[in-house]
Amino acid sequence: MISINQVTKQYKGAPRPALDQVSLEIDKGEFVFLVGASGSGKSSLMRMILREDVPTSGSIHVLGENLIGIPNRRVPHFRRSLGVVFQDFRLLPNKTAAQNVAFSLEVIGKSAGFIAEAVPDVLRLVGLEEKASSLPSELSGGEQQRVALARAIVNKPAILLADEPTGNLDPNTSAGIMALLDRINLAGTTIVMATHDVGIVDKGRKRVVELSQGKIVRDERGSGYGVSK
Amino acid sequence: MRANFVFTEMGIAIRRNLSMIISVILVTFISLTFVGTAGLLQQQISSMKTYWYDKAQVAIYLCTKTSPQDVCPQGEASKDVRNTIISRLDSGTLKPYIEQYYFENHDEAYKTFIKEFKDNAVAKYVTPAQLNETFWVNLKDPNQAPIIIESFTGLSGVEEVKDQRSYLDQIFAMLNIASLAAISIAGLMLFSAVLLISTTIRLSAVMRRREIGIMRLVGASNFYIQLPFILEGVVAGVLGSLLAGGAIFALVQFFVQGFLAQQLPFTSFVGLADAWTLLPGLLGLGALLAGLAAFTSIRRYLKV
Repeated sequence: MISINQVTKQYKGAPRPALDQVSLEIDKGEFVFLVGASGSGKSSLMRMILREDVPTSGSIHVLGENLIGIPNRRVPHFRRSLGVVFQDFRLLPNKTAAQNVAFSLEVIGKSAGFIAEAVPDVLRLVGLEEKASSLPSELSGGEQQRVALARAIVNKPAILLADEPTGNLDPNTSAGIMALLDRINLAGTTIVMATHDVGIVDKGRKRVVELSQGKIVRDERGSGYGVSK
Repeated sequence: MRANFVFTEMGIAIRRNLSMIISVILVTFISLTFVGTAGLLQQQISSMKTYWYDKAQVAIYLCTKTSPQDVCPQGEASKDVRNTIISRLDSGTLKPYIEQYYFENHDEAYKTFIKEFKDNAVAKYVTPAQLNETFWVNLKDPNQAPIIIESFTGLSGVEEVKDQRSYLDQIFAMLNIASLAAISIAGLMLFSAVLLISTTIRLSAVMRRREIGIMRLVGASNFYIQLPFILEGVVAGVLGSLLAGGAIFALVQFFVQGFLAQQLPFTSFVGLADAWTLLPGLLGLGALLAGLAAFTSIRRYLKV
């Protein structure tokens, strides 16, 4: 599903590579925590998987697409099978929850009929059917992240990338978001989640990939945030 | 592709960016008005050329009593002079070049003069004797005027031989300079219009960077992301060119036809039909320039 092989990313002017000979295989239906200090390369790795950036050397295959050789014009189409959520939600402030979700379908040319059906469905899935016509400013942080999640999964992506999705949320709200991510994962979506949240990782007992200074220093299944003995 | 969505996005962009869009429209309007004016001048020149060049004649002016002493020492041209000219015009060397010629005496010249200058004060002071008797020569090929000029210049009793086209050429040269000036101004203005459009579109893109970021993340195609911006530029460009078209029509209708044509009734002027032929070009130029400017600036801004 995601196959990263010997990937190195050297940014111009940086003293050491952001990613250094990283190899990683993620299978269909997995839930992977990506942990590590700031600057360890988590975000760089996510950007590579999204094809927002290309590695200096090495190869990346995602969903059968070779991301090194993929022509620029095919990138948008590739991204339609990926969903992404961020720490800062990235909702459009002048659109309601439903409009925010609908926007992501409109811009990839889905029909009005499809949108009218898919949007209420996905809002129900994330537990926000009551707030469909609320603006982001009228929603709590947890609710905003649910809208962002709804937007990320409304097109039924095979992979969901979550970059610190609970970074701005309190522990209770985070737990709610994690429960939702688990449900999405159980429905068959592969999830890669970068996080700093020790509690969430320890509680999850999932595969943990730890990065440090651009290298993978640990890759364990059913692990916690810290080094397990 | 949902046209509805693209147009809604474009509408939002235009409303947010209204003052910049208005300035784009105005700059496009003014620059294309100059382009159109230059076009009209060229059409005017070519219509005058075809009209006048055929009618232009070579005039052989004979000496009068009032002619300057140095060219006409013997005063009024005699009948002998006229006969010499007639025999030369009819001779085998010149005849093949000449379509026809006719002689205009003092009285006929006076009549023509009075007719042309009837509103002018000078008509009161001119007497028939002051006006040159003239041989008007129509050539088969107006370009061969130098043959006639060389044959008769300096002939005793001839004051001057003049190709009328030389007057016309001066007028055309002036019109040409005017149209060149209009084109240069238009070029500068169009250049600033292009810069203004690029800036406007980039500003518009910055104002909508959240939307663009999300569009890229969810996999909207580049075309879909760029289209509202390009259309924004094209709409402004087309509005500007429509205004320019309107200005050209007004210019032709009210200034050329309403004023110039009344003042100079015997000249053929450009009409609304000529303005119509310019309109598609103006619209196309406006839309194309705006579209290209918007496209290149948005492309630099939006990398995959």
